[in-house]
Amino acid sequence: MDTFLFKERYDRNFNTLSKAEQKKLGNSKVIIIGLGGLGGSVCEMLARVGVGDLTLIDGDVFEPSNLNRQLLSQEHLMGFPKAQAANDRVKAINSEVKVNHMIEYLDESNLHDRIKDKDVIMDCLDSIDTRFMLQNSAQKASIPIVSGAIAGVAGQLTTIYPGDKGYELIYGKKGKSQSKGIEATTGNISYCALFVAALQSSECLKVLLNRGDILRNKLLIAELWNNTFDVIDMV
Amino acid sequence: MIKIDLQLFATLSKYKPESNECLEISEETTVEKLILDLGIPLEIVKLIFVNGKRQKTDYRLKNNDRLGLFPPVGGG
Repeated sequence: MDTFLFKERYDRNFNTLSKAEQKKLGNSKVIIIGLGGLGGSVCEMLARVGVGDLTLIDGDVFEPSNLNRQLLSQEHLMGFPKAQAANDRVKAINSEVKVNHMIEYLDESNLHDRIKDKDVIMDCLDSIDTRFMLQNSAQKASIPIVSGAIAGVAGQLTTIYPGDKGYELIYGKKGKSQSKGIEATTGNISYCALFVAALQSSECLKVLLNRGDILRNKLLIAELWNNTFDVIDMV
Repeated sequence: MIKIDLQLFATLSKYKPESNECLEISEETTVEKLILDLGIPLEIVKLIFVNGKRQKTDYRLKNNDRLGLFPPVGGG
């Protein structure tokens, strides 16, 4: 693709972002783990804003129950790998982004290798156990995690830096929490998934650019039935 | 007696007392006692926050405290 055709691509990012910040985003590497309701929208927003290197990971394929909320799911893509769909979408939006995808689930054996050279990890997972595993690897690799989670029309967001207690403050000690939260009974509604994905994308930029109020040791909780938006001091 | 502002999030909202948002309770009531008095199983409350700060179940509530209870949320 001739990038010259799209030289105005980032015009509307200015001057909310500076030219130097745009360049910094272009040199940033972000890995998005989980490409469902959160990750499938996060990859779209990060590709559009201009994060230069995206790695997209999910071992799952689309099924009909994804259609209510997952932006990348389409009727003709049932059985199609989510990571491949995310890769195709990013390439279609922004050919300047270097994009890699892996159709796989992460475990202790491959996690370190996937995250080791990244600037930020986007935790878009759907299991509390796996989130703890990710935090363990991220802390060993000294990489911050931007974590979103949803249930029904409620959502939460935090950023975990190396050395922080992170998920232990939210879910309790590892192994004492359930694998699934209340989403097992509430399901997830489309606009809440996209809402939290947007907050998560915003937080990713704040971490990459070291700008704004980063949710370190803080948890943002939103509940859309009641329009509540709380930021809690966790320590 | 003291008055507190109680917020029950997501699936916990069904335990909300019918009175109103301002709840009258005895002085020095702990969060744990209040949770049990409301009929909420302790294990489904993952996060307790008072006036915007995370607290534990043994926190003793004070007049005009704003208490929020939040269940575990892990979907993606």
